[in-house]
This record gives sequence, structure tokens and C-alpha cells, in this order.
Amino acid sequence: MKLQKATLFALFSVLELARDPGRQMSAAEIAEAYGISVNHLAKVLRVLGRAGLVEAARGVGGGYRFCGNAKRTSLYDVIDLFGDIVTDAGKMPGSAGETEIAQALGRVLSEVDEIAVATLKSISLATLLKSRHWQGRRLAVSQ
Amino acid sequence: MPPPTPTPQHPPSQTLAGLAIRDARAEDMGAVEEIDARITGLAKHDYWQLAFTRYGGRADRWFLVAEHAGRVTGFIVGEQRAWEFGSPPCGWIFAIGVAPDRRLGGIGSRLFEAIVGRMRAAGLKTLRTMLARDDTLNMAFFRSQGMMGGAFIQLEMPLTDAEAHLQPEEGQPEKGREGP
Repeated sequence: MKLQKATLFALFSVLELARDPGRQMSAAEIAEAYGISVNHLAKVLRVLGRAGLVEAARGVGGGYRFCGNAKRTSLYDVIDLFGDIVTDAGKMPGSAGETEIAQALGRVLSEVDEIAVATLKSISLATLLKSRHWQGRRLAVSQ
Repeated sequence: MPPPTPTPQHPPSQTLAGLAIRDARAEDMGAVEEIDARITGLAKHDYWQLAFTRYGGRADRWFLVAEHAGRVTGFIVGEQRAWEFGSPPCGWIFAIGVAPDRRLGGIGSRLFEAIVGRMRAAGLKTLRTMLARDDTLNMAFFRSQGMMGGAFIQLEMPLTDAEAHLQPEEGQPEKGREGP
């Protein structure tokens, strides 16, 4: 699965802000941390603001802060804001969908879509943030 | 299992204080059955009686309950499985439930931690479970505990029209593409 830039930037932003909800970060600070375009990021942050996931603080030292529920917001919820989850891989172009081979192929591609969506729906922002430490811990246990 | 209920009826600190996780007893099965029925909408009396017979107080099988103020508020069931398609011995969880009015209080996490502790003590190094793809609630719970997609994939087929799947159209299986 490949996500569009805007969707990735949204995930970077919302996760970066959700890791410390009390902290404010400007679009420039987030853009610098991830090496991405601040102009593009500003548009993404407006979408996140309208969705109630981040809010802008005005004035000196202003910036964005997370205002959603990290335990109740899934990766799917964020990705879906940008219409970046297309689950029509099983649909075949033209009249191909009427053939048995295309229908069988479509069922396999739909299965892949369904697994991807189920995975994204089951991972909250809080869980994703916790998972940063799991791999290192697992390696330490296995060694 | 913690559901997306906005207002828990029991705050976490109150719920966890005095909560005990212990081995299930035969007399707990009524409460277990009731919790399961409230969650699934289906009472399964015979199933839970049999489940206790099979998993209660057995080696390498764990049937635990959460008890608070004399009331069973949750349960978890698991076992050790070994050598299924090459899998070394691992722990399996196949049932977990928390009374709907006691959710969001950390009971599911305590049950999970307890059974994981038993499995670790038994020398197991991997834990697995299997869920419905659309069971976002339970999948989110298990992921929040650290579980991720594993090395095995679940497959299934309807048995009612199995012949349609099993009979190669040309009468011969494709060489090199079939299993055992």
C-alpha cells in the first residue's frame, strides 16, 4: 500500500503532536523534523483542524497541538480524511469483470484490500505511538 | 475488552482496586456464560460447561476470571499449541470477555497480562490469536497490548460447496502448484 504525500504528512503531524498533547509545534517545526514541504503541510494541517484532531493556537509561540482522542482515533480515520483508501481493487475495467478469470483475480485483490483496511482500523494513534518501543524490546528479549 | 463507550460506569482506579485475577472455578461458569451472552447475544450454556471441563485447571491450558467484590467481571481462555504447520509451541488466546458495564477499566488488560504471565512461566515465547476481520474492537485491544500481524495466515472455505473447490476442472491438479 502506498499513501499519497498529503496522507503521510497528516499521519506524521498527528502522531508527532499526539505523542505529547500538551506541546505546541508550528507547521515549520513539523516540516523540518520530517524534511517535508511546509506549504504542503499547512494545507494538511487545515484538514486535520477541520476534523477536530488538531487545533491552532494563536499569537507568539503559537502552533498546533493535538486535541483528539489518541485511543479512539485509528490510522484508518486519518487516512480516510484524504480519501486515500481505495478498496475497489477487485473491480475490473471494462467488460473484463464479466470473465471468470477477472472475477477470480478480483476476489484475491479484494481480500488484500480487506486485510489492509482491517489492519488500519485496528491500530489507534496511541497504539502506534506505543509500538515505537516494541521492536527494540523484542530484539533485546530474543538476544 | 475495552469498547468505545464514552463514559465508563466505573472509573479505572475504582475498578482495579480490589480486582483479583484467578483460575476459574466450576461455579464461575454461570457468570462467564452471562458475560459472553451479553457480548455476543447468544447464550451457550453447554459450550461453557464443556470449556471449563477442557480448560479449567489443566496443564498448559488456562481459564482465568477477573473477580471484583465477589462478582466475576471478565474471563480469558487460552492454551498451548504446538507444531501446527511447523509452529514451535506457542500460546493461544481464543476467548476474552469483560462485562459491558465494567469495560474501560483495565480489566481486559489485567486478564491479558495474567495469561501472558502463565504462558511465559510455561516457557512459551510467542502468543497468537485469531479474530474476525471486522472485529475491530478486539483487534484494537490485542494490538494495544503489543500483538501484531504474525507469520501465519488464516484460510478458510465453505464446506457446503467444497466439491466445486476441490475438483480440478481438467481432472488433473496442476503439477508443482499443489501441496501434500
